[in-house]
Amino acid sequence: MWDIIKLLLNTTVFAATLRMATPLMFTAIGGIYSERSGVVNIGLEGMMLIGAFAAVAVSYFTGSAWLGFLGAILAGALMGFIHGVASIKYRANQVVSGTAINIFAGGLTVYLQRLIFNMAGVSPAVPRINDVTIPLISKIPWIGPIIGKQNPLVYLALLTVVISHIVIFKTVWGLRLRSVGEHPRAADSVGINVYKTRYVAVTISGALAGAGGAYLSIAHLSRFVEGMTAGRGFIALAAVIFGKWNPLGALGASLFFGYADALQMRLQEIGIPTQLVQMLPYILTMIALAGFIGRAVAPKASGEPYVKEG
Amino acid sequence: MARKLSILVVVALVFGLLSGAAFAEQVRVGLVLSEGGLGDQSFNDAAFRGLLRAEQELGIYKSYVEPFDISEMEDHQRFFADAGMDLVIAIGFTHESAMYAVAEDYPDVRFAIVDTVVDMPNVASLVFEEHEGSFLVGVVAGLMTESDVVGFVGGMEVPLIRKFQVGFEEGVKYVNPNAQVLVGYVGDFNDPGRGKEMAISQSERGADIIYHAAGGTGLGVIEAASERGFYAIGVDSDQDHLAPGTVLTSMVKAVDLAVYEVIKSVVDGTYTAGVRSFGIADGGVGTSEFRFTKDVIPQSVLDAVADAKAKIIAGEIVVTDPTK
Repeated sequence: MWDIIKLLLNTTVFAATLRMATPLMFTAIGGIYSERSGVVNIGLEGMMLIGAFAAVAVSYFTGSAWLGFLGAILAGALMGFIHGVASIKYRANQVVSGTAINIFAGGLTVYLQRLIFNMAGVSPAVPRINDVTIPLISKIPWIGPIIGKQNPLVYLALLTVVISHIVIFKTVWGLRLRSVGEHPRAADSVGINVYKTRYVAVTISGALAGAGGAYLSIAHLSRFVEGMTAGRGFIALAAVIFGKWNPLGALGASLFFGYADALQMRLQEIGIPTQLVQMLPYILTMIALAGFIGRAVAPKASGEPYVKEG
Repeated sequence: MARKLSILVVVALVFGLLSGAAFAEQVRVGLVLSEGGLGDQSFNDAAFRGLLRAEQELGIYKSYVEPFDISEMEDHQRFFADAGMDLVIAIGFTHESAMYAVAEDYPDVRFAIVDTVVDMPNVASLVFEEHEGSFLVGVVAGLMTESDVVGFVGGMEVPLIRKFQVGFEEGVKYVNPNAQVLVGYVGDFNDPGRGKEMAISQSERGADIIYHAAGGTGLGVIEAASERGFYAIGVDSDQDHLAPGTVLTSMVKAVDLAVYEVIKSVVDGTYTAGVRSFGIADGGVGTSEFRFTKDVIPQSVLDAVADAKAKIIAGEIVVTDPTK
C-alpha cells in the first residue's frame, strides 16, 4: 500500500504526466477554437498525424527541427482549412468531413513515407527538438525534477493554454468567436463575419493539432512511425468536452489523462494485471464525465452549418 | 492507385511467366507480401531476400505482389494459384483466414505461410522458435546488466509476444539468477510514444537493458535508451543500426531463410505440408552479429551465448514455449 502511495506522488510520474499530456494539450486547445466557432472537429487525429509526418519530413530535408515544427503547423493548418471548406462553404456533415480527414491522413502519410524515405512503417531518425534545463527552477526540490528539465514544446503547450484562455475570454475576437458558435444569426446581424471567423478558428485548430503531432514525432521521439498518434486526437476531443470547452479545463483534462497513462505503466510493474491497468485512463474518464464535472454544455451552434440569409 | 499498379505488375509478371514456362521446367513461385510491403526493413524485405536468393541459386521463376490491405490477401493468393504457380507463399499471420479458403479451392497447388499455422493438407506453415532466440538475448542481458535489473516491453499481451517474454526471462535467469526482469505491455504495436515512456519508467526502476517485442512501439524503447543512456535489444530484424552502440543486439528471425528453404524443398521435390519450425539449430532465430557493440561485449559473454546455443540444440536446455 505504502508503495502505491509513494508511486502516486513520485516526481517521475509527474514528469511523465507532462510529457504524455503535451500532445493532448496542443490538440485539445485546437479543438476548443474549432468547436467554440461552431465547427465540430473530429479530424483532429488525422491533423495530428499529418503534422507528425510533416515535422519529420521538413526536419529531414532542412536539418532543422524547429523548421519541422513550423512545417507541422502549416500542414495542420492546411488540413484545418480543408475541413473548413468542406464544412463551412459546402456545409458538409462535419463528422463525415472530419472522419474523411482521419482516413485520408492515414493513407497519405503511409504513401508519402514510402515516396520520400523509401521505407515502410518507420522513417529514418531526423534532428529533434532537444530538452532544455531551466537554470533556477530545476534546483527547486520536488518541483525541479518535474518542470525543471522538459522539452521546449512542453512549455510552449502550457503557454498556448494561457494565451488561448486570454484570447477566447478576454479579447474582442474571442467574444466574436464565442458568439458565432452560440448564435451565428445574431452575430451576423451585428456585423460579425461568421464564415471568416469560422475559417480562422478551424484553421487554428488544425495548426495546433499539427503542433501536437510534431511533439510526438520530433520532440518526444525523432522519427515518424505509421499511425503513431494512436488515438490521441480522440482523447484530445474527450479533453475538450471534459474541460467544458475551456482552455484551462482542457489543460486539467489533458494532465489527468497524462497522469492516468503514466501511472498505469508503473502500476503494471508492481504486478497488477496489464489489461486491468490499461483500462484505468478510460474508466477514470467515464467516472469523471458521469458526475464529477457536472453537465458539459457544448456551444449551441456546434456542428451546424450557417446559411446566410438574403 | 497503388492497387491498380500492383495488379498491373502482376499481370505483366504473369505474362512473362507464361512465356517463360514454355521453354523451361522452371519452378514458379508466387510471393504475396504482407500489407507492410517492401521497404519495411523487416519482415517483407527479409521474405523478398529469400525469394531473390532462390532465384539466383535455384533458377526459379519469381513473381510477387505487395497487397495494400488485408482485404486483398485472398484475391492475390487466388490469382497466383489460378496462374498455375508451383508454390504460393504468403507472408504474415494476416493471410491466415484467406489461406484456408484458397488452399481448399486449389488442392493441387502447394502453399506456404510464414509466422502462423494453417492446418491444411497442402499448406506448409513456417513458424519460428521465438522463445529460443529470446533466451539467447536474455543471456546477453543477464550477463551485461550492472544493476541486475533488466526490462521487457511487449506490444500487446498475445500468445506470440508471451513467447518472447518467457524466453527472455529464462535466458536472463539462467546466467544471472539474482536478476529481476521488469515486464510491461504497452497495448499497441504502433505507439512509440508510449513505448518510450514505458522504457523510461523501467529505467527509473533500475533497468539498464531493455528488450522489446513491440513492432513500431519498440522504436520508442530504442529512442529512450539512446536518450537516457541504457541499452536496448531489438527484435525481428537486425535493428542494431537504428541506434548504433545503444542497441546491444537484436533477436533476429530469419524469414529469408524460411522462404528460401520452402522454395528449395519444392525444387528438390521434398516439399511437405505441415508445420516447419525454424529454431536455433537451423539458424531460424538467433542474435544479430553485434556489429556496433563488439567493443562493449566481452568475449566471455559471446562464449556464454555460444554455449547456451549449443545446449539448446543438444536439448540440455529446454526453453519454455508458453503457447504449448
